[in-house]
Amino acid sequence: MQQLSYFELVGFGPNGWGWALLTAAGMTIAVAICGFLAGSVVGTLVAWGKIGGNLVIRSLADGYTTVLRGIPDLLVIYLFYFGGSAALGAIGSLFGADGFIGVPAFVTGALAIGIISGAYQAEVFRGAYQVVSRGEIEAARSVGMHRWLMFRRIIAPQVLRYAIPGLGNTWQLVLKESALISVTGLVELLRQSHIAAGSTRRPFDFYLTAAVLYLLITWVSTYLFQRAETHSMRGMRRAS
Amino acid sequence: MDFAFMRDAFLTLIGGVPLTLNLAFMAVGLGAILAMLLALMRMSGLKVLDWPAQAYVFVFRGTPLLVQIFLIYYGLGQFRPTLQEWGLWVFFREPYWCAVFALTLNTAAYASEIIRGGLQSVPYNQVEAARACGMSGILLFRRVIFPIAVRQALPAYGSEIILMVKATSLASIITMMEVTGLAAKLISQTFRAVEVFIVAGLIYLILNFIITRIIMAIEWWLSPHLRRPPAVEPRLEAAHV
Repeated sequence: MQQLSYFELVGFGPNGWGWALLTAAGMTIAVAICGFLAGSVVGTLVAWGKIGGNLVIRSLADGYTTVLRGIPDLLVIYLFYFGGSAALGAIGSLFGADGFIGVPAFVTGALAIGIISGAYQAEVFRGAYQVVSRGEIEAARSVGMHRWLMFRRIIAPQVLRYAIPGLGNTWQLVLKESALISVTGLVELLRQSHIAAGSTRRPFDFYLTAAVLYLLITWVSTYLFQRAETHSMRGMRRAS
Repeated sequence: MDFAFMRDAFLTLIGGVPLTLNLAFMAVGLGAILAMLLALMRMSGLKVLDWPAQAYVFVFRGTPLLVQIFLIYYGLGQFRPTLQEWGLWVFFREPYWCAVFALTLNTAAYASEIIRGGLQSVPYNQVEAARACGMSGILLFRRVIFPIAVRQALPAYGSEIILMVKATSLASIITMMEVTGLAAKLISQTFRAVEVFIVAGLIYLILNFIITRIIMAIEWWLSPHLRRPPAVEPRLEAAHV
C-alpha cells in the first residue's frame, strides 16, 4: 500500500479522516460545554452553601471542594463510569431488568466534568461574591428587594462580571479534562484520533492533529473570554 | 458499605503509592530544571530565546496532558527505526520513561511561569543594593534574587506539585500500575466502584495533605523575617536584682 501524505491522511478526501476529526472536535466542545454548565450549577449551589450556610452546610461544602480538588479527575470519571452503570443496574433490577445497563458515555462524561469543575467554580464564585460591595446589597435590601430579586438583579450580574477571568481558567481546565472522557469510550477528539491512529498506523500524525485542534479551541475560547471580560467591564472605571 | 473489602482494597492500592510518588517526584525534579531554563529564556530579553520558550509554554498549557502522553508513548512509535538508530528506543519503549518524559515536559511549562513570576517579584531596590555592595552575576543571583524568588514562588509551586501528583494518575492509561491503575483494575474485577473510589481518593488526599504540610513547613522555614520575634523572657539574674 502506498503511504499517504499527511494532508491526504487528515484531509477531507476519500481516504482522509478530516470530517471524522472535526465531528469529534465538535463532540469535545459539546461535552465540555455541558460539563461546564453542570459545573456552574453545582458551583453556584456550593458557593451559596459556603457563604450563607450554617455550620453543617458550610463544612459539607468545604469538604466537597477540598476532596474534589485533591483527588485525580480520572478517579472521578471511573466512579461515574463504573458506579453509574452499577447504580442503574441496581435500579433496573428492581423493575425486573436483568444484567448490565450502560449509562450513555456522554451523560457520564458531562456529569463527571460537572462535579469536578463545580468544585473549582464554587471557589471562583465565592471569590467574586466577596468583591461585590456590601453597600449595594444593603441598598437593595433597603428598597425592599426580596432575596430572589436581589440575587437576580444585584448579585448575579456583578458576581458574573468579576468571575469571568476565573471562569475562563476553569473552562480551559474543563476542555483539557474532556480528553479524559475518552477512557469511557465516548468518541471525542482524543478517542477518534486513537481509532484513526490504530487503523492507519500513523499515531504521531493523528495525535499531533488532535493537539493542534485542542490548541485551536483553547486559543479561540481565550479570545472569546477576553472579549466577554472587556464587554462586562465596559461600565467600570479603570484605576490607572 | 463493606469494611472488610475496603481494608483489602486499601492494602492493594497502597502498593501503588511508591510508583505514584516516584513519577511525581521525577517529573517535578526534572521539570524544575527545564522550567528554570525556560524562565531564564523568557527573561533574557532576546527574541531568539524568548519566542521558543513562549511557544513551548503555549503549546504545553493549551493541550491536554493525555494527548501529550499519547503523542510520546504511541506517537513516537511511528519513528521507531530512526529512534533505534539514535539509540533512544530503549527509552521511549518503556511506558515509565514516556510517562516521566510527558509529565516533565508538561510541568515545566506551568512551573516556568511560576518561576518567572517569582523572579519578577524580586524588588529592584534589593538588586540595586546588592549591586552597590559589589555583587553581580551568579553571586547576585545566588545570594539575593534566587532566595527571594523561591520564597515568592513557593505557594504556587506547591499547588503545581499537588497537580502533578494528581496528573500521575494518567500514567495508568499507558499501563503503569500506580494507585489509579490498581484502582481501575480492582473496579473492573469487583465492580465495586464506590468503595474502591473512596479508598483510592483517601490515599490521594493523605498524600496531598502530607505534601501541603511539607510545603508549608518549608515556607515557614524560608520566611523567618515574617515570623513574630520569639518572646524574650526577662531573665532575673541574681546579681542585678
